[in-house]
Amino acid sequence: MSELINLSRRQFLQGGAGLTLGYALPGVAMAALPEAGPGKAGAGLAADLHFEPNAFLRIDADNSVTVLSKHLEMGQGTYTGLATLVAEELDADWKTVRVIGAPADARRYNNLFWGPAQGTGGSTAMANSWEQMRKAGAAARAMLVAAAAELWGVPASALSVSEGVVRHAASRRQASFGQLAEAAARQPVPADVKLKDPAQFRLIGKKAPRRDTPEKTDGSAQFTQDVHLPGMLVAVVAHPPRFGGKVRRFDAAAAKAVPGVVEVVQIPQGVAVLAKDTWTAKTGRDALKIEWDESAAFKLGSEEIFARYRELAKKPGLVARQDGDTDAAFKAAALVVSASYDFPFLAHAAMEPMNCVVRLSATGCEVWNGEQLHTGDQYALAGLLKLKPEQVTIHTLYAGGSFGRRACKDSDYVLEAAHIAKAIDGRAPVKLVWLREDDMRAGYYRPLFHHVMQAALDQQGKLTGWRHRLVGQSILIGSPFEKMLVKNGIDQVSVEGASTLPYAIPNLTVDVHTPMDIAVPVLWWRSVGSSHTAYSTETFLDQVAAAMNKDPVALRLELLAQHPRHAGVLKLAADKAGWGKPLNPGKPGERRGRGVAVHESFSSYVAQVAEVTVAKDGAVRVDRVVCAVDCGIAINPDNVRAQLEGGVGFALSALLHGAITLKDGRVEQENFDTYAPIRINEMPRVDVHILPSAQPPSGIGEPGVPPLAPAVANAVAAATGKWLTRLPFKTDELAA
Amino acid sequence: MIQLKINGKAQHVEVAPDTPLLWALRDTLLLTGTKYGCGRALCGACTVHVDGQPMRSCSVPVSALAGRSVTTIEAVAAQRAGRAVQAAWRKLDVPQCGYCQSGQIMSAVALLAQNHKPSDADIDAAMSGNLCRCATYVRIRAAIHEAARNLALGNPTP
Ligand code: FES
Ligand code: FES
Repeated sequence: MSELINLSRRQFLQGGAGLTLGYALPGVAMAALPEAGPGKAGAGLAADLHFEPNAFLRIDADNSVTVLSKHLEMGQGTYTGLATLVAEELDADWKTVRVIGAPADARRYNNLFWGPAQGTGGSTAMANSWEQMRKAGAAARAMLVAAAAELWGVPASALSVSEGVVRHAASRRQASFGQLAEAAARQPVPADVKLKDPAQFRLIGKKAPRRDTPEKTDGSAQFTQDVHLPGMLVAVVAHPPRFGGKVRRFDAAAAKAVPGVVEVVQIPQGVAVLAKDTWTAKTGRDALKIEWDESAAFKLGSEEIFARYRELAKKPGLVARQDGDTDAAFKAAALVVSASYDFPFLAHAAMEPMNCVVRLSATGCEVWNGEQLHTGDQYALAGLLKLKPEQVTIHTLYAGGSFGRRACKDSDYVLEAAHIAKAIDGRAPVKLVWLREDDMRAGYYRPLFHHVMQAALDQQGKLTGWRHRLVGQSILIGSPFEKMLVKNGIDQVSVEGASTLPYAIPNLTVDVHTPMDIAVPVLWWRSVGSSHTAYSTETFLDQVAAAMNKDPVALRLELLAQHPRHAGVLKLAADKAGWGKPLNPGKPGERRGRGVAVHESFSSYVAQVAEVTVAKDGAVRVDRVVCAVDCGIAINPDNVRAQLEGGVGFALSALLHGAITLKDGRVEQENFDTYAPIRINEMPRVDVHILPSAQPPSGIGEPGVPPLAPAVANAVAAATGKWLTRLPFKTDELAA
Repeated sequence: MIQLKINGKAQHVEVAPDTPLLWALRDTLLLTGTKYGCGRALCGACTVHVDGQPMRSCSVPVSALAGRSVTTIEAVAAQRAGRAVQAAWRKLDVPQCGYCQSGQIMSAVALLAQNHKPSDADIDAAMSGNLCRCATYVRIRAAIHEAARNLALGNPTP
């Protein structure tokens, strides 16, 4: 259990002003670390901050409340959400609240759901911080109140707090947080704090404007790409054309002849060209002549991988879930429905390609990064550079998207940057810049998967049996997360959504093959296993409903009697979408349809109803998506809506266009022409309905993604009678 | 040495003439609000105005800009439409990760400067060169309509 301590006491005694507060494990050395956070890279470092960042919040004499976020802001509203929790219990004035990224320090800033590791992912930021951040705010409030009570000689119970001001009504005295900060720092930290009754919430559940919006509308928000340090060199790297390739020999003469190229160095990942600016480094990189050693390189194509997986799928795999007697159910079946599905590799393709700044010094290493896996990267860097983890300081900047990519289990691009800095003996700070092509071809994709499904219906037309077999690479085997999430050889994130199928089917088998000889690096991609399992389970169930002559919503509700949260969002979405009422017909030649899907991921429940129009040539347009979500208490409802809107667009990109394909081991895509996210003209209208809830908050960054593709596919099937089982859609199959 | 006019100021940059404007802005002049996303005029993250027209700065060499006037996100608030668009973006909390938003805003301002009441189809046409991987498109559309309304009311920063 962590202990609440007053970190500012020593600082106060030393003359520092202000109140800082946080949790720390007893006995933790409080070494002063340089502060970190957006807007503070390089020359822009604020000189007036002298605080120990072992804290979640700080109040300054100017009334500003600074929240230190242990989690990365990569777009999901995390900074605003964490600050909302603190500010709610603190009764702060929202306008005075700002947020900065906390440094890497697992002892103070660990993700409470991840044990001793700091990091952001799995839609856990709000859920794991829900009590922790509110307690931090409540304790600070109690200390401010105690300070005012002492100052005015009145009982604490006679004081009230709102909008950053403590008041004593009887004597009409008041003081702002800033005025009380010093005195509050002398108060003992309360052993226990009482949190508000949700009925008293004034920020949680209301609209708290995002704290990062102003800097993201005037160009001042600092991303890793924007870091400029004195003397810094930009590195652009030539990477091998196939996974597992290595440099045999290279000729740097032409690269070195480019004016402005400073160094050319070989690193395990390839050859790096360093220059004072990105364009020169890129020009130098493009001039390199490299002979690659591809003797150990991976040379299969996507189609060959699929062919292997189809073979594997003929045999039983490791059983992830077994209910009842599935074989008996199929033996007795009057009708068997079956289908198989192919899902491609997918790149995250965050708008900011991966990048990282590393500066080595005699005493350690400093890193500037949109840091998603603080502890993993800190330890990996310490290992490479032969440092203690605490000698690796990480400044967390805004990330221009991630979708999982910046949480690389192997710290790939972070280590690449450090290798370059090491190769030049730390003579200059290094900014590693991946160009879009480097980013798209670097692997760590959503794994390619093949699924086979069968359903058994008995004489009465009842769904009695379900078989679901999955074939695909494991993300977690061999990673630091293996112990946590691999059970009996089964990677839980390979089968999540399939093994957790909520429907009441008496006889059910889910099994999985995990090929270990596919050397394509794979990683979590927004919603992880659910990015494919929701598609196969929810479209297959619609096929079963069709075979049973049942309405898809009615069948789901029948099978979800034991799962009220699934049923709750399903009913809400169906109701708001006008399920069962006829759709407006399209123009002549157009076919229209409506489809539904419901899926739980990261303990949040989302149902979506999609309305589509299929043109004569098969082109699919999604007109509207109605979403219903149950994510427990919605800390910031407007942000919940934003994440569902974004989740819809992200999932639609994959469904309509997204595939990373290999040919002879080479990635065929390299930029947004061949790997195309949707554009504004393809974005549907999105209506979001939030189910009121008193449950603690669960995640919202990912759960909007899984149901979209199956809802659209079911709508397309309603319009055309065809279920597409290969992603992305080949719409010419839908031509009338 | 190449002379450019950036945000109303004459600027000298010492870069190779084929250097794209994007990198001269970002790496030489440290105007980092303009972003790199693709380098091939596919994403719009690098959008600036050249003589008032939206241009992908990753695909314009500095040598082509002699005598022309460049505006970046850092100075767009000097224009009435710029203030209106930024205010609408803030009101609707458009950005998620924010990385594409400088480019989105520059394209939106250029649209509103010449079309005071854009339809959804006009917005599609003007904005489809700007990718947003976070898919903030619903709010981008709503914010452009909002900014247009406020401009019509003579109220650029409500
Ligand atoms: S960076 Fe210029 S359009 Fe993408
Ligand atoms: S806000 Fe993230 S790419 Fe647009």
